[in-house]
Amino acid sequence: MSVFRSTIPDVAAQEPLIQLLATDGTRSPHEELDAVLAGSGGDDDLQTPERLRGYYRDMVMIRAADLEATSLQRQGQLGLWASALGQEAAQIGAGHASREQDYLVPTYREHGIAWARGIEPWRLLESYRGVSHGGWDPNELRTHPYMIVLGSQAPHAVGYAMGLQRDGVVGTGDRETDTAVLALFGDGASSEGEVSESFTFSASFEAPVVFFTQNNQWAISVPTSVQSRVPLAQRSRGWGIPSVRVDGNDVLAVLAAVRDALDAARAGEGPRFIEAVTYRMAAHTTSDDASRYRPAVEEQEWAEKDPILRLRRHLEQLGEIDEAFVARCDEEAQDLAMQLHHHIHGMEDPDPVGMFTHAYAEPHPIVEAERAQYLEYIAQFEDDESTEQKGGRA
Amino acid sequence: MSSSTLPIAKAITAGLRDAMRVDDKVLLMGEDIGVLGGVFRVTDGLHAEFGSQRVVDTPLAEAGIVGTSVGLAVRGYRPVVEIQFDGFVFPAFNQITTQVAKMHNRTHGAVHMPIVIRIPHGGGIGAIEHHSESPEALFAHTAGLRILAPSNAQDAYWMTRQAIECEDPVIMFEPKKRYWVKGDVDPDHRPELSPWEAAVVRPGTDATLLAWGPSMPLALESAEAAAADGIELEVIDARSLSPVDLPTIAASVKRTGRLLIVHEAPVVGGLGGEIAARISEECFYHLEAPVLRVGGYHLPYPPARMEHAYLPDLDRVLDGVDRLLEH
Repeated sequence: MSVFRSTIPDVAAQEPLIQLLATDGTRSPHEELDAVLAGSGGDDDLQTPERLRGYYRDMVMIRAADLEATSLQRQGQLGLWASALGQEAAQIGAGHASREQDYLVPTYREHGIAWARGIEPWRLLESYRGVSHGGWDPNELRTHPYMIVLGSQAPHAVGYAMGLQRDGVVGTGDRETDTAVLALFGDGASSEGEVSESFTFSASFEAPVVFFTQNNQWAISVPTSVQSRVPLAQRSRGWGIPSVRVDGNDVLAVLAAVRDALDAARAGEGPRFIEAVTYRMAAHTTSDDASRYRPAVEEQEWAEKDPILRLRRHLEQLGEIDEAFVARCDEEAQDLAMQLHHHIHGMEDPDPVGMFTHAYAEPHPIVEAERAQYLEYIAQFEDDESTEQKGGRA
Repeated sequence: MSSSTLPIAKAITAGLRDAMRVDDKVLLMGEDIGVLGGVFRVTDGLHAEFGSQRVVDTPLAEAGIVGTSVGLAVRGYRPVVEIQFDGFVFPAFNQITTQVAKMHNRTHGAVHMPIVIRIPHGGGIGAIEHHSESPEALFAHTAGLRILAPSNAQDAYWMTRQAIECEDPVIMFEPKKRYWVKGDVDPDHRPELSPWEAAVVRPGTDATLLAWGPSMPLALESAEAAAADGIELEVIDARSLSPVDLPTIAASVKRTGRLLIVHEAPVVGGLGGEIAARISEECFYHLEAPVLRVGGYHLPYPPARMEHAYLPDLDRVLDGVDRLLEH
């Protein structure tokens, strides 16, 4: 017998999945998380019927925006779209778990996070349309830019959290002051070295950061089983970072777990890690063909676990939803899709000279020279045009 | 601190200390920089003065060091990170080129990245693999970054201060084999010369010799030797590698008609090639000879017992001068 011990398969098999809402909408009790939802930290009750209907509406809205964005891509209006279909509960739950002062650090598929943060969906489209690499002021909206290089944002989240510590806004006991960072990335990104380095830094410095992985089962065509031999929730434990695995299609489980983790981080208890088990219902992006690697039966299985349907069934069981409310949500979602459509069609290409504006914060002679060169180059065509016009008039 | 004579390493220490005293948002991060004072002792004494919240001994993870500095900068801090040796910057290459260099642009100017990345630079110290490299061209090629390369104590002090004050990210390549070479430092009087400008450090008429950082003593030594043969070389210290101060170099070349660029980095794809192309464009009718380069070969930096053959030396520079003057 070897002296070596593996976490496989014993512990992996035992890794629990926290679920508060079953697929049919049935609510199961959970001592700790129920306390969090009930507002144990001095919060409002997070599961009043009104709030539950709000989560439902939010999920319906972002799904509509997402479908419309896919259509816009098919119409040639967007260069690319990364759909978050199926991940609405994970994102709306995590988004609503944060407080206004918290800093959120997304990847490029966090449309529900952006929505919960009040970032209009058409601002997300700017980068997918190709008119910008960003679209908002990170400090104004306390949301980091969307990140394309996977995992790169995880150390940013930790660094920001280290800044919070130095600013004295962690562990003061004042719930309006204490602040934390929510770092979001997918199962694929969790393989990146920078995520591991972020675990190291956050654990070493007890940084107030919550890592939130949406395990949507596929990193383009590579399944999670190729990414990790253990449930992702176990990964951070090697760093001494407490973690939990939750049902990512269960908005209440996500909301409660993220709120609990952020509360701990804000209180100065250091980092937490959450694996939200969910499913990316669409392809990786509009450039991807999921049918080449993914069995249709799997998609069907997950469709039955739909996060929106689940919350609706729960509300039905509570007797807190009616057809009029559902119809109103659908109508609003349709309006949002139309707004998106109009924003895209009204979105003008930026003046290319703007390229030269923000490469540097301070004046840079080579960029200035190249800007002048560009303007001079463009001007000769303008002269030609005006000459032609004059010729035409004559 | 009044005017004094300091080794380059201590001039940087003084620059860091003074910057930290005037701005409490400045903090240092890196491996072994705290209690030990850095492997080259550049941060010596700063941990004792400013404490572990401002002089942070980090885990051994370069991407983590640079990546967390991005988050700190978003939060309003001015991180100065130390990469222990030039060849160890590559684990952080992704963070530097895709994040540090682009965050300001990505956010349409809403977020500044006033990060300084200090890198002990260059060879000639008999070190083992990855401790003697010159990767400046890899970073000079990336828009969004600035690069400074001090060659003397006065520049080391002031460039440290000015790099920290800069709203853009600055990589500072420090000439490690010259860390203990002393020079006059005047911390009370800000130099008139901008850090982004080159300096004509020796006037001459027959050819221009351009170098930076660790190659500067060789350039000056070569000019002395050439002068003994009656050849007057104008020597320029580039000082800033991104942006390169082309006007100062071009003005010199227009006077001398010839340019030799000396650097330790491999010539292939090196910064010397970029400068040669720019000067050829700018000074075509003034050039008496093609712009020549003397630098490293297209090889991995060799083991220490061979580095003398790899690095530019007096004979190779003078050979280059001869080739220039043959035209």
